[in-house]
Amino acid sequence: MALSRRDFLKLAGASVGGFLLTSGRSLASNTTGLPENEVSMLYDATKCVGCRACQNACREWNHTSPEVDPAGLYDAPQDLSSDTWTLIQLYQEGPVWSFVKHQCMHCLDPACVSACPVAALQKTPEGPVVYDTSRCFGCRYCMMACPFGVPKYQWERNTPLIRKCTFCADRLAQGIGPACVEACPTGALTWGTRGEMLAEAKSRIREHPDRYVDHIYGEHEGGGTLALYLSRVPFEKLGFPNLEPRPLPDRTRGAMLAVPAIIVGMGSLMSGTYWLRTRHEKDGEEEQR
Amino acid sequence: MTVAKMDARKDTWEFPISAGSLVLWGLVLLGLVAAVVRYSQGLGAATNLSDGRPWGLWISFDVLCGIALAAGGFTLAATVYIFRFKRFYPLLRPTILTAFLGYALAATAVMFDLGLPWRIWHPIVYWNFHSAMFEVAWCVMTYTTVLALEVSPVVFERFNLQLPLRLIRAITIPLVIAGIILSTMHQSSLGTLFLLVPGRLHALWYTPILPLLFFVSAVAVGLAMVIFESSLSASAFRRRLELDLLSELGGVIPYVLGLYLLLKLGDLTLAGELGLMFEGSAASVLFLLEIVGGVILPIILFALPQVRRSRRGLFRSALLVIGGLILNRFNVALFGLKGALYVPSWMEFAVTVGLVSVGLLVYAFTVQNFPVLHGFVPRPKRPRPRLRKLFPQLPAREGYGETPLCEAEAFPTSGSPSQALSRDRKPS
Repeated sequence: MALSRRDFLKLAGASVGGFLLTSGRSLASNTTGLPENEVSMLYDATKCVGCRACQNACREWNHTSPEVDPAGLYDAPQDLSSDTWTLIQLYQEGPVWSFVKHQCMHCLDPACVSACPVAALQKTPEGPVVYDTSRCFGCRYCMMACPFGVPKYQWERNTPLIRKCTFCADRLAQGIGPACVEACPTGALTWGTRGEMLAEAKSRIREHPDRYVDHIYGEHEGGGTLALYLSRVPFEKLGFPNLEPRPLPDRTRGAMLAVPAIIVGMGSLMSGTYWLRTRHEKDGEEEQR
Repeated sequence: MTVAKMDARKDTWEFPISAGSLVLWGLVLLGLVAAVVRYSQGLGAATNLSDGRPWGLWISFDVLCGIALAAGGFTLAATVYIFRFKRFYPLLRPTILTAFLGYALAATAVMFDLGLPWRIWHPIVYWNFHSAMFEVAWCVMTYTTVLALEVSPVVFERFNLQLPLRLIRAITIPLVIAGIILSTMHQSSLGTLFLLVPGRLHALWYTPILPLLFFVSAVAVGLAMVIFESSLSASAFRRRLELDLLSELGGVIPYVLGLYLLLKLGDLTLAGELGLMFEGSAASVLFLLEIVGGVILPIILFALPQVRRSRRGLFRSALLVIGGLILNRFNVALFGLKGALYVPSWMEFAVTVGLVSVGLLVYAFTVQNFPVLHGFVPRPKRPRPRLRKLFPQLPAREGYGETPLCEAEAFPTSGSPSQALSRDRKPS
């Protein structure tokens, strides 16, 4: 009897603990403010001329090394890498073509942040997903988790770190815009709050329905992102994954919230079994080994 | 008293060198060469991992398989200490030792795989409750400690250290319960890791119940590993096999694997993805191989009494379960996961093989020198080889006797130290 009472108390304690954990989470996400107030950038692929000024500005600000072509003439990265945090690529299929800019999407509910066991990746209240080099121990779960394949690793180094776009959080802190946006000569890149960028994107689609596919990539994908995209070419052709609106971290939340229940449930199950079985033993019916 | 006898001979260490152990030492050496390259040149030089394939052989095999294969530790500890089926005690110590070595090796492999291994302690101070990896890190750290404590009586008995023995026996039951809780948590959380990659993992393996599947399959393979490892050490150390006990354990496997099959196929049916396994793709072939060879076939085999009662039948059926689990973990972490083309480098193989070899060598050394296996009798001081040449009538080296030594003294019927001690004083 005493034991089941203790178990009841344990269970009660765990439910309270679980409740606190849940409410703590919603509180934490509220302190980051409303998503529409977070910083955001809009990339309009129809206005991009592929000059790659954004790519060079990113290099300059973040001191990354160029990845030159075999002839050694041009900076010609093939993919995002630990040295290339943003990249302009050409998509071409018959007469249809478009440029596309790749970079960290800065999700509203980032999979990398939920995955990181040491909280090296964090979402700032202003919006950017940033990385604390002093915490990372190199498990690379963020690379697995990111649906966009954004975090890249310094494989060649003996003290490797994760590298990715920071939304120029350091520039934002100084009151200046992201390096890539400021460098863009055609207005393909703009930045502001997410609310403003969404309104701008919607008005562009409304005014030129012939010019765009009726879709703002990043509005709902994976729970929404801070990098928003407009294009005349369907987004899956530009290399964007088709993501449902449910944020990825939602998928592990249930399993992680079950942990206190597992501790209490398994703990009481085992203590109870032990108690029952040893009580049996004292009755003199000890099993022979 | 046997302990006293052992005490008098504690300076005798068995360290036989056989062809097998020389091969293992060679493999360890090769692993060390690879380790030098990995730590001096970095992950990029030593492995074929890339941005498109950040996790490879070390995570798939050393960590995922290593930890699942060590699940016998908590399963058998629960059987003996909590469910009180004490007749299984003779199997417990070697199983706990195997489990401890499994976890130690997985932890060592992590030291190779982490980019900044000297920060391996970071999860202790930097927390993220949302991360399944955080939970796995904590559970593996604490459970390895629990296993070390569960193994420790073997060392204390060898050196006849009564005080620590008393202390550890007093906390055995809480330790075992903690071990069961921790194992339930992280065996399933290893599956939770992959819930975050719905876009990458093939639909035949991606399911919200992946944590549950990981846990159930770990329990099944834990039992199979007890059979596998008992059979191996019986032939390696020329001991009698506890066939009755192993047959009984084998009889449980169909129920556990049956539950796994039910969950797996039920989940695929509910998701409407049952047809995927017949589409003839590489993934479907791997899936069928895993389910038919590693689940359905062992269910049938272990259900047959004539298979369960034969050494060979038990061993081969256990091998199927183990092979099925290894294939499953590789399917989830590597084959079924979209990413860049990846074939492990020779150095990745060398580290993995080297670590397994270290495990085998430590296991062999431990069971030959510590009271691990049922009926351990310490060998008398070895007469010097020269003496044996001169006097061939000197007694040959003893092997394992039939005198049960450890369990009579080590097994407390209750968690209370006084009762444990009073049992100890009874002549066995």
